[in-house]
Formats: sequence, structure tokens, C-alpha cells
Amino acid sequence: MEALIEKLKKEIIEALNLEDIEPEDIKADDPLFGDGLGLDSIDALELIVLLEKSYGIKIEDPKDGKKIFYSLRTMAEYISSHQKK
Amino acid sequence: MRRVFAVADNVITSLGFSTEANIAALRSGECGIRLNNDPSLTISPVPLSLVNSDNLDNAFSALAEPKGFTRFEKLFFLSASRALGSVHFNWKGKDTIHILATTKGNIDLLERKNMGKYSRERQYIRDSSARAKDFFGFYHMPVVVSNACISGVLALNVARLLIQHGKYRHAVVTGADILSGFVIAGFHSFQTLSPGPCKPFDESRDGLTLGEGASTVVLTSDPELKGNKKRIALPGGASSNDANHISGPSRTGEGLVHAITRTMNEGDITASEVDFLSAHGTATAYNDEMESKAFSECRLERVPANSFKGYIGHTLGASGIIESVYSMESIRQGMLFKTLGYEKHGVSKSLNVIRENKHTEIHRVLKTASGFGGCNAAMILSDTC
Amino acid sequence: MVSKDDITITGSCRITGNSAFLNGEPYFSSAEKEAFPVFMKALYKKVGPGYPKFYKMDPLTKLGFISAELLLTDNARTGLYPEQSRGIVLMNASASADVDRSFQKTIEDKEDYYPSPGLFVYTLPNIMAGEIAIRHKLKGENTVFILPTFSMEFLTDYVDLLFETQKVTCCLAGWVEVDDKDYDSLLLILEKGGKKKENAYKLPFTKDVLENLYKPD
Repeated sequence: MEALIEKLKKEIIEALNLEDIEPEDIKADDPLFGDGLGLDSIDALELIVLLEKSYGIKIEDPKDGKKIFYSLRTMAEYISSHQKK
Repeated sequence: MRRVFAVADNVITSLGFSTEANIAALRSGECGIRLNNDPSLTISPVPLSLVNSDNLDNAFSALAEPKGFTRFEKLFFLSASRALGSVHFNWKGKDTIHILATTKGNIDLLERKNMGKYSRERQYIRDSSARAKDFFGFYHMPVVVSNACISGVLALNVARLLIQHGKYRHAVVTGADILSGFVIAGFHSFQTLSPGPCKPFDESRDGLTLGEGASTVVLTSDPELKGNKKRIALPGGASSNDANHISGPSRTGEGLVHAITRTMNEGDITASEVDFLSAHGTATAYNDEMESKAFSECRLERVPANSFKGYIGHTLGASGIIESVYSMESIRQGMLFKTLGYEKHGVSKSLNVIRENKHTEIHRVLKTASGFGGCNAAMILSDTC
Repeated sequence: MVSKDDITITGSCRITGNSAFLNGEPYFSSAEKEAFPVFMKALYKKVGPGYPKFYKMDPLTKLGFISAELLLTDNARTGLYPEQSRGIVLMNASASADVDRSFQKTIEDKEDYYPSPGLFVYTLPNIMAGEIAIRHKLKGENTVFILPTFSMEFLTDYVDLLFETQKVTCCLAGWVEVDDKDYDSLLLILEKGGKKKENAYKLPFTKDVLENLYKPD
């Protein structure tokens, strides 16, 4: 799980162009959305693409994204239990 | 200040190749949206409102050999040519400006299958306008307005302002956009496409339907210039920006309220004098909700309102012009067209959404549009000539 | 002499050839061989707005955004006017062609078909106007024109009318063009009458002045 979280940090920084942010700036249990990283609704859509592209996981209802993308840990847990690729 | 009138027009959509054919289809409640599975457009079936390619080539061959032109150019030139054919003036003169409203122009030329078939320059919108200059013999280089989904309404506003203040005497304003794998993929990635034909302002609305088309309006300040239709005046218009988010509509509708308020001030009319409200009504959850708040704030909740998107989908840069021409016909024919797809009211504010076609006197129409980039635009159409 | 009713340029930002000029003075430049993204990032660091959203923007929006940032950080002129009458009028030759090609790459192969929403949103040239509007609360008239070359005559004609009809009280206007490796911009702050202070940057908004500001050094 921890290794997946570390991998996700790098992938998120790249996919969302978070240039001034280092992997260690993102804490596994902190909310991804809200003030911290300054992510918005387009970033949420981009995370859906990331899940599909890197892990073969399709999220049909964007409303599910809220729970899945709450934090790095919730994202990693969702990936571990749904991964096909 | 000169008064500005619309004297000739054309609309090309899935519903037909003339304004008349389109209006006849609206009258009979015909929907131009069909489920499409063309692999060059989409990877999964999606409802679209498409112009039939064979019919387009047939109609275009009256102008030139279709083979030398792209799909976008055919739609664009055919629409402009048909509108110009119904009014007599010298559009090649120094006093005529041509304005094109489009979001993506020849965007399908970026696809691998089209590589090498056309020059690279042809991928640019500026190439289409330069071609239009040669094709029609316009004196000036056509100006393109590319402002997302408000492009059409904005282009009419820009033309009106220039004519009103004597910079030009006539304007030929065309809106055109084609459907492409590019645009469909983009809206798909935004998860805003409805699985069925869109349902503006309805409780169960679940996204927009894409469409394609072209439409042209000839504007003039010349009181003697008459086409074959009753003239419609354009007394006011304005645009605004939410300055809030680049893709999400404002939650409050404040930006649209400002565009409408400034438009009504300029046109010197009050909410109670508006007989018909032609809304943007894309049928996404947020857009329609935002519009309902803005209309309510502007005290337009009792004005009969519709969205034409249920008939022809969202035709992007062309939509503002197509829907303006439909609205002009509403005035000319004294006809309110129902909102196809609307059954149960699904926005938080009360609105008078038209449920059935109805004959009634219509003197003044308010047309609005909102789009990506936080932009809003509004304009008034009036029969007071 | 500028009378109080004339539209005046009270700020200008020219960016081309890895150099940025503010009000005609050199502001920043980097080695000519440096690629546009590297130059843009260095310029962003120099201007220092601390606006991470910048990194998500496409090259065209970056160029327009940083030009506006340069103009309005040094010189918060637009703050003097009501938000609803602050306009923005931009023009270019290639629309959003640059990011159009980037987005097309994400959908070209059916086996590798992952359309990017973050790219798609920038495939409209007016998103550049939208980003600048968000940053500087420009809530008035906003228009993006496409023409094969910078038509100073059309720009001055149109913006003059926006002022004359009181649709705007101040306006950000100009040319912002990016296509592949080529980029080029001239962005202006326009006001009626302009600054009262003597010796302040103040030029008449005419085609001739624009030509002069746009011409290569």
C-alpha cells in the first residue's frame, strides 16, 4: 500500500502539472481537494483518466470520485481492490 | 447612431438546408438527434445531430465541385451563399464586413487519416476565413470570433456595434462548426454527454447532446435594403465574464445577469416587454440551474422560454446564430416553439418553459448564451423597424 | 497631448524572442536558444505571482496570463474601475492550434485513447481571456478575434467603440499568438484619459502607436 501511495504521488504531480509540489508535500491521509493542492473539478476529471490509463479502472459516475479521491490512501485502497491491469 | 436590421438568413442543420426547412421541422416537433456509432467520430454509441454528408455535397455542388472543399468549408460557404442569394447588394464593397463565428473550424484535418490530404495551413481557422474572402470576393479579410459557445451571439453583437457606428454598412455573419472525433472526445472526457437526446431544464436532464450546423445572417443599416423577409431590428447586446471558473458555470448566474441587464438597458426594454426568451439551455445540470437563477434575478420567470437544443443539439459556435434565426422566425410567424425534451421542471427557480407550440404575437426576443471560459452574451431581436 | 476623453495606453507588455519588455523597457530575457516553456517558466518565477494554476495552462494561455500579470502587478490600473466594466479583447492568428495538436495526440490511437480534460479545456482561445479575467476580475465585455495577421486597425476600431458606448471603462487588449515554437505578444492596458501624473507612461491608442510598439527592435 505504501509503495502504491508513493507511486501515486509522482503520477498525480505529473498528470496534474503540480510543478512546485514535491512528493513529500502530499500526505497520505490529507484531503486531496480543498485548500492544500488547489485542485479543482477539471483535476478530478483528470484523475479519472489517470485511474483508467494507469490501472485500467473505469469510474462511470463522476460522483463516486468524491470518495475515491478523498486522499491518497482512499485512492490507493480503491485501486488495490479494483485493479485489473 | 444607425439602426441595424437583419434582412436575410439561412440555417443548415440535421433538420434541413434552409431556414424554412428548419422551421417546418420545428413546427412538427421533429428531432434531428440520432444515435451514432460511426468509428471516425466516437468509440461508443452517442446521440448526435449531424448534417447528412451526401445531401451536403449535393447542395454544395450548385456552388462548386465539393471535392475541393472540407466538410467545414462546405457548411460555411453554403450557408453564407444561400443567405447572400436572398438579398441584393454588393457584398464585395468596402462597406461590407464578414464575420465568422466558430470554435474549431477545420478541426477534423488534425486526424491522422486526413494528414497529407490537405496543406498544414488548412488546419487553421484563419485559412478558412481567407478562403471565404476569395470564394465570395469580400473586400476585407473576414474577422473570426472564437469565444466558445457564445461565439454566435457575440459575433452578431460585434457586427451590430460596427454597423451602428458607421464603420461598415453591411455585415455577413456566419456561425459554423462541425462534429469531429476531437470535440466528441473532449466533451466525453468532461462526462457531460447525455446518453439520450438532451432534456433542457428537465428534472431528469443528464447532459448535453452535440450537434453541427451553419447559419448566416445579413445585417445592414441601409433602410432601403430589403430581403424577402420582414426585417428584424437588433437594438441591444452585451457580453460578460463570470471571472470564476474556466469550465464550470457560475453558481449564482451573476455574470449572465450582468449581460442581460446591460443588453436590456441598451435596447431600452424591460423584462415585462420581452415576449420570448431563447435560452442557452444545454441540459447540463449546472448550466440550466445557473440560467434559471439568472433569469429569475432579471425577473424573466414569466416570459415564455425555450431551449432549441432538444431539436438539433448544441451546435457550439454556430448555436447562437442558428437559434437567433429560429427566434427571428418566431417573431415573423408569431409562433412559440416548445422545448423538446422538457417534461418535469428541474431547475430551482420558476421559469415559464414552453411545453406546446403556440401561436401568439411576438415583438421582442431576448437571446442568451453562456460558455467555457466563463463567458456570457445576450442580445435583443425586435420587430420594431 | 492626451485629453481626458482620449483612450490612452497606460501600460504595454511585449514578449517575443525570449525577451519581455514592460512599458518599452527591457524587463527580462533569457538565452535565445532556450525553448519557449523554459523561458516562460523563468519569466513566471521572475514575475513571481505564486499562482500554481499557471503550470496547468497551455502555452497560449501562459503567454497571455504572464503578460497580464506583468502589466497589472506593477501597475494595478484595472483596480480603479468597476469589475463589470473591465473589458478584455484579444486577437491572434492560430487560435488554440498548439494545444489542439496536444489534445489530438491523446485520442489518435483507439488502443491508447485517453482524452485529457485538462488539455481539452484549453482548446478554445477564449480560455486565455477567461484565466486572465479570473485573476484580475475582468467581468465586462470579452472577445477573442482570429485574423491571419495582427490587425491593429480592426482592434483599435472595435475597442474605440467599446469605450465610446461605455461598455468598458478600462480594457486589456492586444495580440497573443503561440504556434509550435513561435510566439509573440503585445498586451496593453487602455483607459480613458489615463494617469494624471506627469512623466507617467501614457500613449495615444492609435494604429501608428501600436505599429511602433509591435515592431521588432
